[in-house]
Amino acid sequence: MTGALSDETAQAWPTDASMADDVLVRVENLVKYFPVRGNGLVRRTVANVQAVDGVSLTIPSGKTVGLVGETGCGKSTLARCIAGLIPVTSGKVYFEGKDITNLKRRVMQPFRREIQMIFQDPYGSLNPRRRVGAIIGDPFAVHKTATGAERKRAVQDLMARVGLNPEHYNRFPAEFSGGQRQRIGVARALALRPKLIICDEPVSALDVSIQAQVLNLLADLQADFGLSYLFIAHDLEVVRHVSDSVMVMYLGRVAESGPGSQVYTKPRHPYTNALLSAAPAADPDAAASRRRIILTGDVPSPIHPPSGCRFHPRCPKAQELCSEQEPQLETKPGDPPAHLTACHFPVEAGENLADAVMRSAL
Amino acid sequence: MSVTEIQFQTQGMESAPAQVIEGRSQWQLTWRRLRHDRMAVASMVVILCVCAAALMAPLVATWTGHPVLTPFPGKGTNAFGNPVGPGTHGFLLGTDNLGRDLLVRILYGARISLFVGLLTTAIAAVAGTSIGLVSGYFGGFVDTLLARFVDAVLSFPVVITALALAAVLGPSLQIVIGVIAFFSWAGIARIVRGQTLSLKEKEYIEAARSIGANPWRIMFVDILPNLLGPILVLSTLYIPTAVAFEATLSFLGIGVPLPTASWGNILAIANDYYQVAWWYVVFPAAALLATTLAFNLLGDGIRDAMDPRTERIFASSKAKRQRRRRTVRQKVAVPAEGS
Repeated sequence: MTGALSDETAQAWPTDASMADDVLVRVENLVKYFPVRGNGLVRRTVANVQAVDGVSLTIPSGKTVGLVGETGCGKSTLARCIAGLIPVTSGKVYFEGKDITNLKRRVMQPFRREIQMIFQDPYGSLNPRRRVGAIIGDPFAVHKTATGAERKRAVQDLMARVGLNPEHYNRFPAEFSGGQRQRIGVARALALRPKLIICDEPVSALDVSIQAQVLNLLADLQADFGLSYLFIAHDLEVVRHVSDSVMVMYLGRVAESGPGSQVYTKPRHPYTNALLSAAPAADPDAAASRRRIILTGDVPSPIHPPSGCRFHPRCPKAQELCSEQEPQLETKPGDPPAHLTACHFPVEAGENLADAVMRSAL
Repeated sequence: MSVTEIQFQTQGMESAPAQVIEGRSQWQLTWRRLRHDRMAVASMVVILCVCAAALMAPLVATWTGHPVLTPFPGKGTNAFGNPVGPGTHGFLLGTDNLGRDLLVRILYGARISLFVGLLTTAIAAVAGTSIGLVSGYFGGFVDTLLARFVDAVLSFPVVITALALAAVLGPSLQIVIGVIAFFSWAGIARIVRGQTLSLKEKEYIEAARSIGANPWRIMFVDILPNLLGPILVLSTLYIPTAVAFEATLSFLGIGVPLPTASWGNILAIANDYYQVAWWYVVFPAAALLATTLAFNLLGDGIRDAMDPRTERIFASSKAKRQRRRRTVRQKVAVPAEGS
C-alpha cells in the first residue's frame, strides 16, 4: 500500500501572508502541563508532565495538516486541547479568528458543531450499550437539530454516505467489524457538518486494506464538504498520503514543519531524518540500499525534559550549544519560507546521518 | 494492490443485499441464558407465586370467610385457648394465638413484605445510582463529600437507630420503609461510583463530550446503560435483605405495628407458642425463607447470565455428552495411529 500512496501528495502549501483569511484554526504557543501531585494529605503539585510545550500551528480551510511523532510526544494532547476537551495551561486557540481557548461548555457549544473528532480506537469510541442509530444520532439530539423521523432519515443518509448499510440502524457496535466501526465514528463526526475534523490516529487500529478504505472515505468527504483535517498518526506514509503540510513533534515541541513534499524529501531536522529512515519501505531494493539511522536511548521523561534542544541527548549531531540554547523554529537557509526547522545544525543535503550515529556510538 | 482496487472490492461486499436484522441487545442475550438456568427459573416461579398470593389475599379471606383481623374464639382455639392445627374447622394452615386464620394472615403478611422489599429497594436503587453517578463523574470536592456521607451511613448502627426512631415516633410502616431505604442506598452508591470512575475514562465518553453533551446527558444516557446490569443484580439481591430486615424490625416490635399482619410480627408472637403450635412458627418462617431464598437465587442467576464468561455453565447436557464422546474417540485413535 505504502508505495502506491506516496506520489499524489504534495499540493501547494500556502506560503504567503495573503492566504491568512483562509486560516481555519490558528494555535499560538499552546502549552499543556499535567500536574503530578504528591501522595501527602495536601497533594501539592510536585512536578509537571510537559505534554505540549509551546506549539504553534495553523490549519488552512479545506486542507489537511499531518501531525507525526513518537508515542508520548504530545500529539493527542494537542488535539484534545484544540478540540476543547481538556483545558489549556497557556497559549491560544483561534477558530476562524475567534478565541476559543478554555471556553465554558455553553459558550463552546456553537464551536463544537464546527470541530469534531474521530478517535483512534474503533472499539472504545462507540458505546457498547447503545444502538448505532442512537450513536450517530447523538449530535442531532445534543444540538436539537433534528428529532424523530427526521433524525432517523438524517442518520441513515449519513450511514449510506460513509459506506454503511442504513438498514443496520438498529444494530449494536459489537456487530460490526473494526473498519465499519470506524465508519460509524466518521458518520458521527460528520453529523453536524463540521468545518474541522481532528483525526486522532483514525487508522492505526485497522488492517492495511481497511486503512486504505477509510483514508479514501476521508478524502472523498473532504472533497465533498470542504473539510479541514488535523490528521494525527505515527504511520509516516499515511500522513504523507493525506497531508498538505506536515508537522513533526518531539517531546511536546515542534521539531520541523512544512509542506509535505519538503519535509519528506528534504528533511532538515535530525529527528525527522531518523523517523523517515525508520519507516518501512515497500520496495525491497530501496529498503536494502538505504541506511537506517538508529537512535540510541529512549524518549526522555516529559516531566524533566532535557535542557536546550529536547532532542540533544539522542541526536547524532549534538554539540555543546544544543544542550545550552533552545533552537528556534525558523526557516533554514536554502529552504522555502514555509519549511521551518528547530535545529542549530540542520542536516544538509547529501549528509550521511547514519554514519554519524555509528561514529557517536563507538 | 492499489488503494482504489481495494476500495472497489470491499465496498461491493459491504453493500450486499440488505437483511433487516435487529441487533440483539444485552437484555435479550441475558434473558436467553437465564431461561436455561433451572434454579433461576424456579426462583422466578416462586416469586411469581408469592406475588400472586399477595394479590389474592383479600379473595382468599372472602373464600374462607376468615377476614384477616377477625378472631374466631372457640372455633379457632382449643379448650385451653391455644391455636388449632392445620385443617381443623376449615383453617387450612391452622390459627394464631387469637384464633385468626394463619393462612390469611400469612398472605396479608406477604403484601407487607413484598411492598416493603420492592419499595425500599427501588428507593435505594434510584438514590444510590444517582448519588454514585454524580460522585464518580464529577469527582473532586463533590465526590469527597458524598463518599464521606456514604461512609457515615454505612457505619451507623442500624437496629439501634430504628429502635430510637420507633421509641420517639412510635412504630409505623413509614419508619420501617424509611430506615431500610436509608441504610440500603449507600452500598449501591459505592458500587455505582466505582464503576462510573472507570467508565468515564472510556473514549466514547470523550466522544460524547466532543459533540457537546452536557454532564447529565453523559451520566444518564452514556454511562447509566452500562451500569444497569450491575444495578439490576444488586437490587435483586437487596430485595431479600429488605424483606428479612422488615421481618427483623417487626419481630423486635419496632416495625409494622399490630394488628396489621407482617411475617415479622406473626413470628414474634409465634415465638411464645412454638411448643404447642408448630404450624404457627413453621408456615410464616417457611414463607419468609422461600421468598428471600428465591430472590437471592434469582439475583445470582441474573449475575451469571449477564457475565459472558459463565456461559459454559449453561451449556446443554447434550453438548457435554458430545464432548465426552469426542475425547473417548481420540483416546482410542491415538494407539491405532501409532501402530
